[in-house]
Amino acid sequence: MLEVKNLHKVYDGHGRRVTAVGDLTFSVPEGQFACVVGPSGCGKTTLLRVLAGLLPATSGEVLVQRTPVTAPPPGLAVVFQEYGRSLFPWLRVRENVELPLKAQGMARSDRGALAAEALAAVGLSDAHGAYPWQLSGGMQQRVAIARAIAYQPRVLLMDEPFAAVDAQTRADLEDLVRSVWQRFGVTLLFVTHDIDEAVYLGQRVIVLSASPTTVAQDLTIDLPAERDQLTTRSDARFTELRGQVYAQIQKVKAPA
Amino acid sequence: MRLVSRVLLLIGLPVVLLATWWFGSAGSEDFYRPSLSSIMDAFVRTWTWDMFVQQVFPSLWRLLVGYVIAVALGVALGGLIGTYRSVRSLLEPVLEFLRAFPPPVLVPAAILLSGIGDRTKILVIVFGCVWPVLLNTIEGVRGRDEVLSDTCRSYGITGTLRLRHLVLRAASPQIMTGARQALPLAIILMVISEMMAANDGLGFTVLQFQRGFQIPEMWSGVLLLGVIGIVLSLLFRLAERSLLGWYHGQRAGQREW
Ligand SMILES: Nc1ncnc2c1ncn2[C@@H]1O[C@H](COP(=O)(O)OP(=O)(O)O)[C@@H](O)[C@H]1O
Ligand SMILES: [Mg+2]
Repeated sequence: MLEVKNLHKVYDGHGRRVTAVGDLTFSVPEGQFACVVGPSGCGKTTLLRVLAGLLPATSGEVLVQRTPVTAPPPGLAVVFQEYGRSLFPWLRVRENVELPLKAQGMARSDRGALAAEALAAVGLSDAHGAYPWQLSGGMQQRVAIARAIAYQPRVLLMDEPFAAVDAQTRADLEDLVRSVWQRFGVTLLFVTHDIDEAVYLGQRVIVLSASPTTVAQDLTIDLPAERDQLTTRSDARFTELRGQVYAQIQKVKAPA
Repeated sequence: MRLVSRVLLLIGLPVVLLATWWFGSAGSEDFYRPSLSSIMDAFVRTWTWDMFVQQVFPSLWRLLVGYVIAVALGVALGGLIGTYRSVRSLLEPVLEFLRAFPPPVLVPAAILLSGIGDRTKILVIVFGCVWPVLLNTIEGVRGRDEVLSDTCRSYGITGTLRLRHLVLRAASPQIMTGARQALPLAIILMVISEMMAANDGLGFTVLQFQRGFQIPEMWSGVLLLGVIGIVLSLLFRLAERSLLGWYHGQRAGQREW
């Protein structure tokens, strides 16, 4: 469960003040799959970093599992936008997935089992021994996701995870994220700038305005839980919801 | 085929130079510039197993101990300075001051303080070799990827695990650069300190030969020092290849794109 209350964030340094987040309030109930869309530079990454306890808010408050965030909360995992750089190049795939578990003091055999399960869940059972830089971008992204799942988080944050992969890989990864969410029952906040992706994936889409950022629209996606790239995307309801989000984005991009 | 041409390229020039020396100096009557063949004769005569035990091994021991201490100290200090700004501001002026000394000027003072035993020589080697390791480690620690730092923070990777898997590994290419620069320095300082203050070791022996007008023997000592330098740098490359395999692999992959 996530709560964001009147979040305001100003970057101040080197003689430049940038208001990254104006005034943001929303909450995501336990187990929900929520997508955040907004134009580039509207503060999506900033929001995630504050939620992850990596960046202090200028004012306002964020809570994860009802606890105010002052440091990285336990039980929260992040898949970073720069996923390639978030993997340790000197560790093999399996060691990358196991390292956070090792930090928790988990026994070697339990670590191994969890890592193997997570890598199987993302379809990388045969890449345990590879180094991240030997893998394609899409596979690196799967490793980052596997590491997050193996950590068994209650809350998962994903920052534009598929911005840099090709269309086919992207479709596969989208379905992968849906299945991971259904299987592990996490609260999932998924940031993207792609409207189609947001509507296809989420139970809910939160549209952010351009800076100074506020919630422009909060839309429930009442599509069936079983989604499929072909049928869902050609569903009339999908087209309608997508149109609503699109119109809203156009409105916030060009304020009157 | 490519292997053959690589080997030829690698040893071609040394072979040419040695041949030039060999034939150019053949039959030399000059007392101070003996022929390479007489130097080789002296080499075989001089550097017996006994001489290795008495003169070479003590030198290598000092070299090894001084070098290892210098690298360890440089990495430890560099890690601290690169991580904590307060340590950096505290130590920087002192280090800048100490770095300004040419290490050999320490030898006379070190002799007064700790005699002409191994300790003096090791001290001089450490003092000279620590700088490239220290400075490169600081750079490496400060230059690591923020995304990896964030990853460690959000996954609760802290303490020694973070030190081992993030701080030191991320800095390891720079640490190795510093260590590579320090290696020839260590050899130089070993020889100099043995020439100034010792009753055994390679530097001492070469100087004794020179003073006793045993010129071919002196040259054979110089030659031996060169061979030791080459062997050590080859050993270093082997170590680097196994430690930094990921680094070279990653860079080779990037170049393909
Ligand atoms: N570390 C920083 N220092 C200063 N300004 C920043 C920093 N990070 C982001 N910004 C600025 O804050 C705004 C929001 O950035 P970001 O959260 O990355 O947006 P998004 O992820 O939606 O593209 C941008 O104008 C960006 O230039
Ligand atoms: Mg971003």
